[in-house]
Amino acid sequence: MSRAAVPSGRTSAKGRRAGWTPWFYVAPALLVLGGLLVYPVCQLGLMSVLEYTQAQVSGGEPTRFRGLANYTELFADDQFRQVLLATVGFAAACVVSTLAVGCALAVLLTRVRALPRLALMLAALGAWATPTITGSTVWLFLFDPDFGPVDRLLGLGDFSWTYGRYSAFLLVLLEVVWCSFPFVMVTVYAGIRAVPGEVLEAAALDGASQWRIWRSVLAPMLRPILVVVTVQSVIWDFKVFTQIYVMTGGGGIAGQNLVLNVYAYQKAFASSQYSLGSAIGVVMLLILLAVTLGYLRLLRRQGEEL
Amino acid sequence: MSLVRRPVPRRPPRLPWRPAAEATALLVAAVVAFPLYWMLLSAVKPAGEIESTEPRPWTSSPSLDSFRRVFQQHDFGRYFVNSLVVAVSVVIASALIAFLAATAVTRFRFRFRTTLLIMFLVAQMVPVEALTIPLFFLMRDLGQLNTLGSLILPHLAFSLPFAIWMLRGFVRAVPESLEEAAYLDGASRARFLWRILLPLVLPGLVATSVFSFISAWNDFLFARSFIISDTSQSTLPMALLVFYKPDEPDWGGVMAASTVMTVPVLVFFVLVQRRLVSGLGGAVKD
Repeated sequence: MSRAAVPSGRTSAKGRRAGWTPWFYVAPALLVLGGLLVYPVCQLGLMSVLEYTQAQVSGGEPTRFRGLANYTELFADDQFRQVLLATVGFAAACVVSTLAVGCALAVLLTRVRALPRLALMLAALGAWATPTITGSTVWLFLFDPDFGPVDRLLGLGDFSWTYGRYSAFLLVLLEVVWCSFPFVMVTVYAGIRAVPGEVLEAAALDGASQWRIWRSVLAPMLRPILVVVTVQSVIWDFKVFTQIYVMTGGGGIAGQNLVLNVYAYQKAFASSQYSLGSAIGVVMLLILLAVTLGYLRLLRRQGEEL
Repeated sequence: MSLVRRPVPRRPPRLPWRPAAEATALLVAAVVAFPLYWMLLSAVKPAGEIESTEPRPWTSSPSLDSFRRVFQQHDFGRYFVNSLVVAVSVVIASALIAFLAATAVTRFRFRFRTTLLIMFLVAQMVPVEALTIPLFFLMRDLGQLNTLGSLILPHLAFSLPFAIWMLRGFVRAVPESLEEAAYLDGASRARFLWRILLPLVLPGLVATSVFSFISAWNDFLFARSFIISDTSQSTLPMALLVFYKPDEPDWGGVMAASTVMTVPVLVFFVLVQRRLVSGLGGAVKD
């Protein structure tokens, strides 16, 4: 993993004795990350194995070590299992929809002239730039049963989207896709543009069909980008908080629209069960860590030099 | 997915599909832009028209009442400034720190370099939200609760790994020979760093700053959790929620506040738009 100053032919400047200089350069970053990321992660792990509620925070009772009791309590809880399942399902649906929409539109962008391309690009940038919370309120208003235009347009009368579990999730999904597909679209579009024209031309001259060109030329060349946008989407969609919190009023009727993030927040800050909230945080962290490790392995297999 | 075809120069592409593709693109653009249009429209509609069961996609008598309510009644200007202070501090600090770190891991070879890189990658995946609880206690111990610092510090930490990762490609793209030449001409390391390297990677810094700016400007969870009693330290998202009461939302106020909150980001995006697309291209190509 770690190598002492290895001189490499390609990079002559790196061959020079680096000494302490690089460490001075990374010191501020390490300081910030150590204090505000590594330390809180350790605290999170610690809190998840303690009994830590309002009584301990105010110093009324001593903190007690509980071992894995918080986790057993969590996994014995029907609601938690349901929330975990809902989170995974919802994130998967968001990722698939976002990628499908983003990639399809990226391809569309390469096939139209400048004006429609500019229009689509600007609209997408607008959606991208919209802060999560304003996006949430605006979509809620669009689908409002009394004053929103969507129900009128679809002739749904005063159908309430946030009342039913699945319609509420669908509404949030639409908003999530709306605000996250632009990143995928712009990145994949940039990737397609980076494929040299001669490569495609040569493939066409050799008599390759369009499908063959996509499968054998474009898809392999775009794979690193597709991996990046997929992993980013998984991470973003797995930890959706604001949309669910605002659009379903903190997790929906009787908590039917809770996802892990909102659930942890409610446990910790609404009912002061900080250790249970921390345990949920650890579960989330572990799931995302697994995704990260898979991502690293993919990068390694593609032979990317770190 | 056999649709990808780049317009090949010198050979005019076949055209029959093009009108359909362009019509689709325009239609999608309209659908995507519609929520923003509706937000702006609702912000300038008079009260009677917003709360009408027959919503119309235009208004004959635009009014600024909603904006007036937003700016006058709720200390909105203050929240706006607070949000701006948080976002700008995060952008500047993370750009500088990430620039230094990215330089270290691309221009030098040293022990633990690869370990550091993997650490930055893993750090990027840590869900901000999962750390709200320990960060809350950390901010309490630091005496930062109810201050803007409690929002700036965590966002700085969370935007750093991605910024370093993204800047790496830009720093690496600056040829080594340039560095050699600078040293031969007698430039010091610091001079090379700030006078030569920094201007060259500026496009990359702009692209990364978009992400830091958005994450800080969007922040809702930290503002909700850390600014608990001193509302003068609140930021825009909280101000927006003042108008949004689950039972009786003031939609005009919500839409006007949303507009005020969205416009700065839109302006920022339009300003850096070209750099952003090329920046992403550079980052993904790398």
